[in-house]
Amino acid sequence: MTAAVSLQQVSRHFGAVKALDQIDLEVGAGEFFAMLGPSGSGKTTCLRLIAGFEQPTSGHIRIFGEAVEGVPPYRRNVNTVFQDYALFPHMNVLENVAYPLMLRKVDKQARAKQAEAALELVKLGGYGTRRPGELSGGQRQRVALARAIINKPKVLLLDEPLGALDLKLREQMQEELKALQKTLGITFILVTHDQGEALSMADRVAVFDQGKVRQVGTPEDIYRLPNSRFVADFVGSSNIMPPGFVESIVGEKRWASLRPEAIHVTTGEGASQLSGTVVARSYLGSTTRLAVDLDGTRIHAVVPSGDDVPGEGARVTLGFAKDALHLMENEG
Amino acid sequence: MSTADATAGAVLANRRGWLGSLSDFFWRQPTLFVLLMLTPAALWLGIVYLGSLFALLLQSFFAIDEFSGIVDRSTLTLKTYAELLKPQNLDIIVRTVMMAASVTLASAVIAFPIAYVAARYARGKWKALFYLGVMLPLWSSYLVKIYAWKLILAKEGILNWVFAQLHLTFVLDALLGIPVIGGNSLSISFIGTFLVFVYVWLPYMILPIQAAVERVPSNLIEASSDLGAPPLQTFRHVIFPLALPGIIAGSIFTFSLTLGDYIIPQVIGSSRLFIGQAVYAHQGTAGNIPLAAAFTVVPIVIMGFYLWMAKRQGAFDAL
Repeated sequence: MTAAVSLQQVSRHFGAVKALDQIDLEVGAGEFFAMLGPSGSGKTTCLRLIAGFEQPTSGHIRIFGEAVEGVPPYRRNVNTVFQDYALFPHMNVLENVAYPLMLRKVDKQARAKQAEAALELVKLGGYGTRRPGELSGGQRQRVALARAIINKPKVLLLDEPLGALDLKLREQMQEELKALQKTLGITFILVTHDQGEALSMADRVAVFDQGKVRQVGTPEDIYRLPNSRFVADFVGSSNIMPPGFVESIVGEKRWASLRPEAIHVTTGEGASQLSGTVVARSYLGSTTRLAVDLDGTRIHAVVPSGDDVPGEGARVTLGFAKDALHLMENEG
Repeated sequence: MSTADATAGAVLANRRGWLGSLSDFFWRQPTLFVLLMLTPAALWLGIVYLGSLFALLLQSFFAIDEFSGIVDRSTLTLKTYAELLKPQNLDIIVRTVMMAASVTLASAVIAFPIAYVAARYARGKWKALFYLGVMLPLWSSYLVKIYAWKLILAKEGILNWVFAQLHLTFVLDALLGIPVIGGNSLSISFIGTFLVFVYVWLPYMILPIQAAVERVPSNLIEASSDLGAPPLQTFRHVIFPLALPGIIAGSIFTFSLTLGDYIIPQVIGSSRLFIGQAVYAHQGTAGNIPLAAAFTVVPIVIMGFYLWMAKRQGAFDAL
């Protein structure tokens, strides 16, 4: 696997703030890579370093093997889809999309033709003469996308591209982006704080927290085998089991994660450390989430909805396979 | 007190006196409120300002009787406007327009970098310093500034002295040797007039450009760079078009202020007249109010034409 983007010991400090702190990252060519993390975790800074808007305080960044220290954004074959689209308000849609071609002095007819083709690709054929101000958020998003891919960049960076769209549109765009990435074969790097988005679209995910990369892996790895309490908590809604509890089940005094859907709930008393009281019940449609108080530890379980779901105050016993309890290697 | 009363008081806060009632009334009648707000401004603008302008316009359609020197107010005529086309009057117009255009261009060129840096890089204390620096000259008397410049530009003035100290007097002499715009010394040449005009009107160019550049979102500049535009191209295709309304706004100030000014060319410059001086002379000593009015119409027409051209060129598209 050739690395499309590789970061070695990259730091970016703003005064005393370590936005990125000595991170290592490799993104493969043709990969759909997601950088996931809460706001202020350094993921956007990381993106801006790759795009060239920021320079690293220390460390090395390579794009397809070439060192990019001191290379300005306009000389990098990397394009960005901005969070708020950054469409030029004084140009119409076609001029916006054809902007990179105009800069390369492609003649006017070829420009219009290519731009129209790019607009077709994002399902906005025939919108060329409109102004960005006349479009909806979803349409602007597509124009920004068309503009970013028209130069056929080596790497496409997407900064929270779906953040401003409503749920339905977001789901639709997720599928379209993924399909587009397959068609174009370009390396996509997506920055998002939405774990659902990262898991559903990316081939691999890097979880950022406080300027560090906490874990890199496939969505399945990240979801099922989190390596730390932060990852388990941030990606999905895992139960984080304290060492004392874990010791009583598997004999090792370690932190572990336990997915709510891996737990099955039966009414009545059972083994003492697994019996508790239902303290909250929320209906989620096909499933229902129960919060069970287990001797002071609150545990969430997701069970199929139905008539036999225990109500608040009911005594229940939790059951799960021993290997569902995942010991987190980065925790003591 | 019954329970019902207590509940009512809790939901609807009590009206506080007649002022409260008035607030409530205006809240229900927003149109009336807007009308009330507009009335003083409309009266001022409509009667005092536009009214006098129309009175002036009317004057320009009268003509003076050449023998008696009396203004004939009984007939409307274009005779006075024909007067404007006489070589000595046309000269004044061309001279003034050329001066206004060069002052505007120079102001824009000087103002843009200052405004750009202030809008995009200056923060906090530095921004305050910028505003202070730009506005400070506006707080001192216009006349004091102009006479100060007369001293600076005079033959015995500081500028000549600096050039002499640097052994560059020949540069100044060469500059003053240029026909028409040159002269005996800077203070009695068009170059001097031009320098003072640029100095006096520069803040009116800097502030609108600064406001316009500040409104250009920085991510547009990043996007342009990201899509392959080197800084100069980004300037040409993104920053300049988006800042253009600001430049136009600034140029309206510098252009029209230069067109109408009559003090600067009188204090600093050759004895050849500008429109403002011509207006002053005709309505004063010469008593030719119609010609003065016709001269005043010239800048208005020029500005109207200028704005129309600017609009046609798409200068306001980014607004």
